[in-house]
Amino acid sequence: MAFRKLCTICLAGALALFSVTCKKQSENVIKIGALFAVTGGASFLGAPEANTAKMLVDEINAAGGINGKKIELIIKDTGSSPEKAVSFAKQLIEEEKVLAIVGPSTSGETMKIKSICDNAKVILISCAAAEVIVNPVAKYVFKSPQNDSQAAEKIFDTMKQMGITKIGIINDNGGFGIAGRDQLKKLAPKKGITILASEEYDSKATDLTGVLTKLAAKKVQAVVNWSIVPAQSIVPKNMKQLNMNVPLFQSHGFGNIKYVKEAGKAGEGIIFPCGRLLVADQLPDNHPQKALLVKYKKDYESKYNEEVSTFGGHAYDAITILFEGIKKAGVAETDKVREAIENLKGFAGTAGIFKFSATDHCGLDINAFEMLTVKDGKFVLYKK
Amino acid sequence: MTFEHVLQYLLAGITIGSIYAIVAIGFNIIYNTTGIINFAQGEFLMVGAMTAVTFSRLVPLPLAIAIGIAVTVAVGVLIDFVFIRNLKKPTVLNMIIVTIGLSIIIREVALHVWDEKVRSLPYFTGDEISSINILGAYISPQALWVLGICATMVVLLNVFFKYSVMGRSMRACSANPVAARLCGINTKNMVTMSFVLSAAIGALAGCVMSPITQTQYDCGTSLAIKGFTVAILGGLGNSTGAIIGGLIVGILEEFSISVMPLAYKDAIAIAILLLIMFFRPSGLFGKQEVSALKEF
Repeated sequence: MAFRKLCTICLAGALALFSVTCKKQSENVIKIGALFAVTGGASFLGAPEANTAKMLVDEINAAGGINGKKIELIIKDTGSSPEKAVSFAKQLIEEEKVLAIVGPSTSGETMKIKSICDNAKVILISCAAAEVIVNPVAKYVFKSPQNDSQAAEKIFDTMKQMGITKIGIINDNGGFGIAGRDQLKKLAPKKGITILASEEYDSKATDLTGVLTKLAAKKVQAVVNWSIVPAQSIVPKNMKQLNMNVPLFQSHGFGNIKYVKEAGKAGEGIIFPCGRLLVADQLPDNHPQKALLVKYKKDYESKYNEEVSTFGGHAYDAITILFEGIKKAGVAETDKVREAIENLKGFAGTAGIFKFSATDHCGLDINAFEMLTVKDGKFVLYKK
Repeated sequence: MTFEHVLQYLLAGITIGSIYAIVAIGFNIIYNTTGIINFAQGEFLMVGAMTAVTFSRLVPLPLAIAIGIAVTVAVGVLIDFVFIRNLKKPTVLNMIIVTIGLSIIIREVALHVWDEKVRSLPYFTGDEISSINILGAYISPQALWVLGICATMVVLLNVFFKYSVMGRSMRACSANPVAARLCGINTKNMVTMSFVLSAAIGALAGCVMSPITQTQYDCGTSLAIKGFTVAILGGLGNSTGAIIGGLIVGILEEFSISVMPLAYKDAIAIAILLLIMFFRPSGLFGKQEVSALKEF
């Protein structure tokens, strides 16, 4: 009996102590949630994003945190599934009571949680690119990658220089692929480009010779493949196998050197719009992004022993924008941080120079893009 | 449509169809000796290819593929020894649920052993940019490897089941397990052998298609679904049916692209399947009397 009593007292004591420490912790810690597609179809995006986020948070905590408070990062792997993104977002908001959520990696996932975050008044800084994420603007939703409409514009401008007017489009059936195709279709008439065929494939597609044969039969002058899935390496291979010798354009979803490695020799000559991270060493020394890009590239590559990708860069931007917002606001209060982010002007990130406003929650313009191509298995600036 | 385009679709259809056929034959071998559908069949392809990719950096390609097959066979045998052989009441439903569970476990283990990244074996001959001109249509040399290896496997399997003692014993098990046991055939060993065989051909198919289709920890599922469709279409347990079914589905899928949006490609296979199930429930080549004897 005495033993039981002792146990109860101990337990009660432990609980009391625990709740005290918990409370104490929450005062000194800023909780940030992160949703990344570390596994699944978009793993080439999510894995470097998660790595980058961990690296940055460790860095800032080692330097004493922000405004004297440590950052606690809670990363959830969505497995590239919008359904999981929704349930994890709810968990982060309701149970963990995070200040902000960084991610998700893909546009499809982001669109599913856009209104959830906005209604719950939790800041969301997405690492996905589709313009629909910030257009129409939701008060609490931002994104760090460049807009797909600007990528489309950049591609069409390059096509015009090359004298290409008749094209075929293929895209994956994820959120990013569909949104990109819509932008291409919207913009094509204005730029004097005719779309002869537009086809959509399953994100898990492994063989696309059939649909490429269809495009070849329509005598397209170039193929645009808008996707973030591994099909980005399958399309160039299939084109070479079919002896299709027209240029292949891809989206800014191609910015991971692993896609190039998978495509092997077939990857040579692919043209795509992208931020400057992948060609950091080729930039002039006085470029405002150069120092930051070189540092991130060096830090990431020495820490994780793999080549840097633009996707990790999007997480870098999302996290640094959030940190800057918290610093500027002085307190970790949602509305003040949100306002501080909206007022960031000329903030250099990996994707470009951010200039946010109440109507622009992307903050990047077409100048954030360069056209890149693949030469000898490496990314280089595209020159006509 | 010009002749070249027709030929091009046909070649693409035959290539992808023969992969479906091999997966379906894997289903059939195990179905014939146990009466169950092994839903981990797609994972055999993945494990084989992933292992081979890992070893291809250390040893020559043929040896790496051999190691891939050996590891997959070991996994197959392990599955049988641990889960199937010792089931107290091995009802068909129990065993099917076991294989579904196993497919999920294998996938998760693969995710941890390797990682989420896509990888592929090097091309057996030539590389990513080589293509062979056949009467105006173009095909990758790897596609010829796929066709050649699939055809060889089918011939060898047929010879094995027709002429070798073990092959005939396995067929005896499929015809009537009780009678087979009375004749002195160790049916449990035959079940193990069926796992060995279908793991081996699955792994080889996974390796040979890997340069074209790439391999990822979760690539087995969609192949298994297509393979299952084909197996049902051809008549469960019937190897000739599997080959013809595979070719039908592959070729129809590719030709459907030429007239319909690509998005409907997968619907084609399922639509054919539904029609067949409606008019010939035991499949194209299945016999009604045979399927009546099976539990499933």
